[in-house]
Amino acid sequence: MNAVIQLEQIHKVYHTGEVDVHAVRGVSLTVIKGEFVAIMGSSGSGKSTLMNMIGALDRPTGGHYWLDGVDVSTLDRDALAEVRNEKIGFVFQGFNLLSRTSARENVEMPMLYNRRRIPTADQHERAVHALELVGLSERADHHPNQLSGGQQQRVAIARALVNQPTLLLADEPTGNLDTQTSIEIMGVFQKLNDQGITIVMVTHELDIARYTKRMVILRDGVIVTDEPVRDRSDATQALQRLRAAHEAVKLG
Amino acid sequence: MRIFAPIKIAGRALRRNKMRSLLTMLGVIIGVGAVIASVSLTSGATKQVENQVNSLGSSVITVFSGNFTSGGMRGGWGSAPTLTVADAEAVASLPNISAVSPEVRDREQVLANGLNWNTQVLGESPEFPQIRNWTIAAGSMFTDQDVRSLAKSAVIGRTVADELFPNENPVGQTIRIRNLPFLVIGLLGSKGFNLFGQDQDDVVIVPYTSHMHRITTRIFLNDILVEAASDQTIATAQQDITDLLLSRHRSKEQDFTVRNQLELMQAVTATSRAMGFLLAGVAAVSLVVGGIGIMNIMLVSVTERTREIGIRMAVGARAGDILVQFLIEAVTLSAIGGSIGIAGGVGFSRIVAYAKDMPTVTPILWIGIAFLSSAVIGIVSGFYPAWKASKLDPIEALRYE
Repeated sequence: MNAVIQLEQIHKVYHTGEVDVHAVRGVSLTVIKGEFVAIMGSSGSGKSTLMNMIGALDRPTGGHYWLDGVDVSTLDRDALAEVRNEKIGFVFQGFNLLSRTSARENVEMPMLYNRRRIPTADQHERAVHALELVGLSERADHHPNQLSGGQQQRVAIARALVNQPTLLLADEPTGNLDTQTSIEIMGVFQKLNDQGITIVMVTHELDIARYTKRMVILRDGVIVTDEPVRDRSDATQALQRLRAAHEAVKLG
Repeated sequence: MRIFAPIKIAGRALRRNKMRSLLTMLGVIIGVGAVIASVSLTSGATKQVENQVNSLGSSVITVFSGNFTSGGMRGGWGSAPTLTVADAEAVASLPNISAVSPEVRDREQVLANGLNWNTQVLGESPEFPQIRNWTIAAGSMFTDQDVRSLAKSAVIGRTVADELFPNENPVGQTIRIRNLPFLVIGLLGSKGFNLFGQDQDDVVIVPYTSHMHRITTRIFLNDILVEAASDQTIATAQQDITDLLLSRHRSKEQDFTVRNQLELMQAVTATSRAMGFLLAGVAAVSLVVGGIGIMNIMLVSVTERTREIGIRMAVGARAGDILVQFLIEAVTLSAIGGSIGIAGGVGFSRIVAYAKDMPTVTPILWIGIAFLSSAVIGIVSGFYPAWKASKLDPIEALRYE
């Protein structure tokens, strides 16, 4: 079976003070290899909590979670760190790159935490290759503050890909970007997905969710909608349309 | 398994914040630098004192004549005359002894050239300059023949020469002691003040026979200066002298006292050891202060880099990786700081020693101690911040603004 994610009756209860907060109430979800899933929901819907559990940053208080066949819900802190290192690539809303560190060194960082030592030359090569995948190889020596938001997010995507994870997990990846750059980033994701990479993305923007293949909507900790995306947007076409519109404005 | 990765990670993290790294090191740099500089300078000063003691003749044994006791009142050393020239001659025949000078001391008014000066007149043997490591600047020392013939020859110190023969060569001139004319045949090299602040150059030296028979009329010596053949034989020689004199004097009580310069040197060494302990205390305090500085900055650094820690954890850093990273950062800072401090301290003491014309001693042992303790300080002061960093929750760390 090639289920990358298999959630079974996942619950998460936060014990904060006197009231227990039941953030996720029995979510079951299966994502198979090659899918491109958008998890949507308003704030407080439990999507961030679910995201943290899928990303092996947090453990559910009930239910089971198999990531690539491994039951992650029972692992300890160090084992979770290992899972994150080997199987998951994170892309965050705020890019989360290390400042005053070149793009290449940022991309190399996850390899430094690999259980097996990767020779420095290989690290270089893989980092540059990952940057090529996102179209930034010529900016490998730039520091984050010398890059635009879209470029920084590309570096973050390269960093997420460098350990060849089974799952790319994006948390509001376009939240800090303008429309055109957002579409460009979604274009990168679509391209990667076409190459067979499984992507799960949290967003609250319907426009952005349209670029995925499947939409899962959460409300009050349960899944209310789970359906394939109809009239899926294509980033290449959307960009062409946008550019044409810009041209028209200039001509006019 | 993973040795280089944490070093690489810590190195990159330090390079990202060069200014902060330097400021963090400053405490250790100053602490270690101060310690090394003061140890070097103190060792240099101790060395200088040792050189001075050596200039008195380190292998010199002095035999003082005994105590004068009368009706329960006891005089000091030399208050009772017990030592004779025959004693001195007997001592000279002992093994392990290279030179002996029977010494008689007196203060006299010395006249010359229409001037006069009150000074110490010593009666000595021709071996005196050898025993006291004293050079003859001009002319020569009197001889054994002069001693036998009770010659009216004198060798004078620089101060006496300056007082009685300003702007003149004293050698060949005549001085008068108790109205007796003495021919100045030699001028002693300048020795300056001794450890007790006495002007060693304020002296006139005549043959001890002349002193005892012409200037004063004495049959007893104040003391006997003895030079042991080597530093190693001082103790044996001292014991031999004591035994010999006891048997010669046939007295129940020891009516003389034997002392050597080595004892003085040991007192000096004890002083420098006490100084060493003091410095060790200062070193400990300054290193602890430096360590607190490192801990402080590392704690600030952990808070400031919470997001970075979150990112590292998200991409797979384990708690142990974070702990090791921050520990290595702290140790690297303190070790580099220690090295810079050592270099600075050595350099500073060299400059001061050069300017003050003092001997320099580079304290290898202290350099080792300083380096090791700065590394240990790094581990100790880095541990708490590193532990704090490793206990962060990745989700909260990522959300930290």
